[in-house]
This record gives sequence, structure tokens and C-alpha cells, in this order.
Amino acid sequence: MPVISYREALNSTLRSEMQRDEDVFLIGEEIGTFEGSYKITEGLLEEFGPKRVRDTPISEEGFTGIAIGAAMLGLRPVLEYMTLNFSLLALDQVVNHAAKIYTMFGGQTAVPMVIRAPGGGGQQLAATHSQNLEVWYAHVPGLKLVAPSNPADAKGLLTAAIRDDDPVIVLENLSLYNTKGEVPDGDHVTEIGTATVARQGSDITVISYSRGIRTALQVAEELEEDGVSVEVVDLRSLRPLDRRTFCESVRRTTRAVVHEDDWLSYGIGAEVAASVQEGAFDFLDAPVRRVAAAEVPLPYAKPLERAALPDTDDLRRVIRDVLDATSFTGQEKS
Amino acid sequence: MSDPTEDPASTEDEQTEAEQPELDTTEDEQTEAEQPEPDQPKGEQTEQSETLRSYFQQMTVIRRFELKAQEMYQRAEIGGYCHLNVGEEATVVGLMDAMEERDYLFANYRVHGYAIARGLDPGHVMAELFGRTDGLAGGWGGSMHLADAESRFMGGYGIVGGQMPPATGAAMAVSHRQEAGPESEAVMCLLGEGTSATGAFHETLNLASLWGLPIVFVVINNRVGMSTPVEQASAEPELFRKAESYRFEGRRVDGDDPIAVRDAARAALKQAREEHRPFLLETMSYRLRGHSVVDPARYRTDEERAELAAKDLLPRLRSRLIEDGVLSEQEADTIERDADETIEQAVEVAGASESPDPSDLFTNAYSTEVANAPRAMPGDRVITL
Ligand SMILES: Cc1ncc(C[n+]2csc(CCOP(=O)(O)OP(=O)(O)O)c2C)c(N)n1
Repeated sequence: MPVISYREALNSTLRSEMQRDEDVFLIGEEIGTFEGSYKITEGLLEEFGPKRVRDTPISEEGFTGIAIGAAMLGLRPVLEYMTLNFSLLALDQVVNHAAKIYTMFGGQTAVPMVIRAPGGGGQQLAATHSQNLEVWYAHVPGLKLVAPSNPADAKGLLTAAIRDDDPVIVLENLSLYNTKGEVPDGDHVTEIGTATVARQGSDITVISYSRGIRTALQVAEELEEDGVSVEVVDLRSLRPLDRRTFCESVRRTTRAVVHEDDWLSYGIGAEVAASVQEGAFDFLDAPVRRVAAAEVPLPYAKPLERAALPDTDDLRRVIRDVLDATSFTGQEKS
Repeated sequence: MSDPTEDPASTEDEQTEAEQPELDTTEDEQTEAEQPEPDQPKGEQTEQSETLRSYFQQMTVIRRFELKAQEMYQRAEIGGYCHLNVGEEATVVGLMDAMEERDYLFANYRVHGYAIARGLDPGHVMAELFGRTDGLAGGWGGSMHLADAESRFMGGYGIVGGQMPPATGAAMAVSHRQEAGPESEAVMCLLGEGTSATGAFHETLNLASLWGLPIVFVVINNRVGMSTPVEQASAEPELFRKAESYRFEGRRVDGDDPIAVRDAARAALKQAREEHRPFLLETMSYRLRGHSVVDPARYRTDEERAELAAKDLLPRLRSRLIEDGVLSEQEADTIERDADETIEQAVEVAGASESPDPSDLFTNAYSTEVANAPRAMPGDRVITL
């Protein structure tokens, strides 16, 4: 399998899906001539022309609704927001229209569209440009929301999203674009709504997604040397949420930590922790703990931003706490 | 009506007339506009008479439907919000008659009349208001969200302005697939005058013009958005003029005259499909009732109320058709009786239709099967491992 970047995986997936299906078209700001703020659409205008790679003016509400209407007539728009932050101007179109039209009209008109947007902090972009707003969308029935953590899933989930007949939001992460990994050649589809065990372990389960998976895998490697065996579950899909996969994991390991980049209160971790409580309570040897971003608008200054975002130290400390709370010593077990 | 964008003088005249339409002036105008020219061939006269008769019939059905909806609301057969077209029937039938079967319609929430004039069965419309399975959306949408994909009625939308971007997207899909020309499809997007103050309005007018899209935006100017008069909602109350700053054509038409509305809408749709350019059509009418069935419209003075009653277009059209010999008194009575019967039947259809089964709650959540979608009954545990 070739090793390519997350960015290249997204770019080549868009290309191959556009080659496969004439109804697929791209729409967004600066995606054509400029080839995308993060160069995800590089070369696509040249190959497919302006009708299928449609540059828009700064009109988030307008072009989001336009993608919805085009999808209602059977085209398959793939919309890009420069960053997730700007999607707020189109929230009505996404929440009240994309998510509702199929249900509200009694199943008569599907909305087969994809929304792609990078989110996340860590680039010193300050309060309005560094947000993790996934829970806003994950909350809404009618939407599907996926958050690939690696290049293979970026390909697999974007492919599934484009072929899906419902509105799917593909949440990318600025800090992942240049990360590399093996990506299967040819057709590769990752089923939406399924989590995966990214790393097997027996002492504790860390549940995370997107950028958090890199943090979790790194901490798991480090703790392995201390004799702690960490299982990492990658949610991949935030709506629907694959509760079975992480609850089964927690039933095996008996301990759980949720790691997320969004704000703690009402965040993805709150939902996951509650689900673990419902689905694996009898198996738990310790309370479920959460690691999340500090509840402040993300600061610009580097040390402040670092302090606000959860990192490997935070996750390691919380895992230790959970293990200590249950008098666990890695040595005994190994 | 001449194109006001080409002749500012005529616009001013028209506007004055439109805003203070003394009954007589309006009638004169209409008579003038519609009375066949002396040398008009007989065939056309009969055709016009036929059309007017059919409009009167449809408008009567819509009016009776709306009055019945109000009654059914008071009897709690209908819940939620319920916005009526009373006073706007001429606009409704004129616009719907102008559309071809292949054209797409996106509407706001004041939409019962449009569904009926688009040819949908009043029984199925009433059933949707009742929240029953035979309703257009199977009881999922209610009064504000009627839709029928088969007849390309792409829905009523409850968020003010929310329908404009998807409608524009439909026009984009049309232009993506079809060349401009007489065979092209076109999109009609309905909105109220209050909607012209939203961001969606400006973004879509701009995009539709930039991208050359076959869409006719119709501002149904019934003069008030809830209680706010158009003059307080829009810095430019001649709304058709807003097209100008986006470099496409706008035009105002008397919304009480169904034939004028039809002709203007037809011309607008023709231009949209043949040139793949947007058009902004503004129809001038009055909302005779409150904003919705529960609004007693206390913001109106008694004087205004009396004035509005005199402006009711349906009795005016009735007497004019009788005067002009298009209808006999008897025929008019029959049309009204038949309309009542149609609506009684609609209520029967709605009442006899089953209520949706709660076990179907999740069947319309997603159109594609999806792994791990929650589909438990409300109150059930979501997690079943
Ligand atoms: C975004 C939004 N804001 C407010 C409302 C509440 N609301 C419903 S109808 C209405 C007035 C709309 O007036 P207009 O567009 O002129 O349509 P009309 O009712 O006159 O047909 C308002 C304020 C809404 N539904 N959506």
C-alpha cells in the first residue's frame, strides 16, 4: 500500500469520485483557481473545469443552500468550507434544511451532499479560527458526521460520504493534513457509523477521534513500556455513534478514558461517557474520565494555546489516575 | 403592464395606484386591461372567459379550503402554525398557471393554496394539515411543509428566507444539466416581502445573477410581515428594484389580477429558461386576515379593516365576471356550492386517513441505511448491546 498524506488522500479521492460519477461536483470558496486554502482541491479545476469545481463568492449561507437544492435535484455536491468556523453563517441551511428536508417532506426528497471542513486548534489561529464545533453537528439527527484520524480513513470515509444519499459532514483537522499513512489502492470504502479498534490492549480503553487518536496512540506506546496495555478506539463516526464497539472494548478492559479536542461541557466525551455508563456499567472498575480542551475561547499566544488544548501529558495523567483509583499496577498484570 | 425598470415614470404611477388602490380605479384598470379589443378574434375572447371562469373556480376552492382550515384549527383537528392565503388567491392561481409541469417550485410557509393550484388533491393537503398518513408528507411536515416531489413541488419552508438558497441550488442543477432554451426547466421561488430583508435574499440574488440561473424569485407583497409594514422592513420598499443592483430584471404586477400575474410570471419564466437569467417579480396584494389563524391582527385599525374588507378580490371578481357575462349568477352559485363540496370531501378524506404509527418514527430519518443509527422507540434504552 502506498504511503501518502491525509491531504493527498482527500485530493485523490475527490478526483477519483469525480471521474467515477459525473454528478459529483465541488463547490466552495477559493477551491478552483486557488486550489483550496489547504490545497485539497489541487489540480481539480484543471481536470474538471469550472462547472464541476465551482468557486463561490463569500456567501456561506447562499452556497450551502445552493448545494442542498442541487442535491435535491440529484446532483452530488461536495462542499468545502475554508474552515469549520465559517459554517456558522450557514448553520440554518445545514441544521434546518440539509438535515430536515428528507424527513420533513415524508421521505420524498433526499439530500445527497457532502460538507468538508477542517477544524481544530494548534495553529495559533486564535478564538474564532480554532474551534472544534463537531458536537454542534453531531447533535442533529438527519446529519451524518465523520472525523477521519488517518489517511486511509480519510479516503474510506470521504468515498462513503460521496456515495451516501444523505448529508454527510466530513470533519477534517488542520493538524492532520500533512500526516502520512498507508492507504489502500483502488476502491476503499469505510462504512459510516462504525468505530474501529485502532490499537488493541487489555488494561484500559481510550476512546477518541480525529487528532486525538494520534495523541492516544502515542500515549499508548509510551505506557506499553511501563507495562500498561492501552486499547484505543477510534470513533471515526460521531453520528451515528458506534456505541457497541467502545462499550464492548470497555467491557473487556473495565476502564475508560475519553479524549477529545472540543470543550468538556456537553462535548462528544459527555455523550461517550454516558453511553459507557449505560452500556458497560457492570463491567467498570473505575469511573469513566474525560480529557478535553480548557473551557475558554482558544487563545493566540503559543503557551496559552498549548495549555488550553489537551495533550499527551494530560491524557497520560488521567489514565494513571484511573488506574491508581483501581489499585492497578501494570507489573502485577504483566 | 410595462416594464417599470425601463420607464421610471410609469413605475411611479403604478406604485401610487398599487399602494392606494381605490376600488374604482383598480376595477377600471382591470376592465381596461382585460376587456377584449374590439377587433379581437372571437376565439381569444372565449379563451379568456374560460380562463377567468377556471380561475374563479380555483380561487373559490382555495378560499373555501382556507376558511375550512381555520375552522378545523379551532376544532383542534389542525395543530401548530397555520398561515392562510386569504386575499392572495389571484396571485396563487396566476403564478401556478404560469408554471410548466417541468418547472420546480420552492415556497415559504403560506402554501396551502399553491399546493391546490399546482393540481394536488385538496384531500391530501388537508390530510397533511391533520397530520395523517395520506398527507402530502405523511404527516411529517404539517401546514408549513407541504411537498410533492412528483409534481416538482419541492416544499414549503418555515424559516423565513430558508427556501431561497435551495431554490437557487435547484436552478443551478438545471443549468448544470441543460442548455438555456425554450425547453429548459425553470425554478420558481416564492417569498414574502418581509423576507427581502434577510441575508439569504441578498446572497441568492447575487449568486443567481453571477451564475446565470433560470430562477424567478416571486416576492408576494401582501404589505405586512406579521405586524411590520413593508415600509418599515425595507429601506427600498419597491422591492422589484432590488434586482437592479444585481443587474437583472425586476417587475411589479397587480397581484389582484390573476391574468396579469400569469402573464408576468409566464414572461419571467420564459426569460429565465431561454436566457438562464434570474428574474424578480413582485406581486402586490393584501393579506386580509391575521398573520396566522391565531393572529387577531390587533395592529390594524378599524378603518384599515373596513378598507381591507372592501378590497377582498373574490367578491369583486365574482361580480365582474357576472357583469361581463362570463358567468351567470347561477353558475357562480354552482361553482361555490361545488367548492364547498370539494372541501367537505377533503375534510372527509383527511378525517378518514390513519394517523401515523409511532413505530414508524425512525423510518424517514435517513434515506440510506446506516450502521448503528439509533432506531429505538422513544423512552427505550438507546444502547442495546
Ligand atoms: C428566520 C426567521 N425569523 C423569524 C421568523 C418568524 N416569522 C414567521 S413569518 C414572519 C413574517 C414574514 O413575512 P413575509 O416574508 O412578508 O411573509 P408573509 O407572512 O407576509 O407571507 C416571521 C417574522 C421565521 N419563521 N424565520
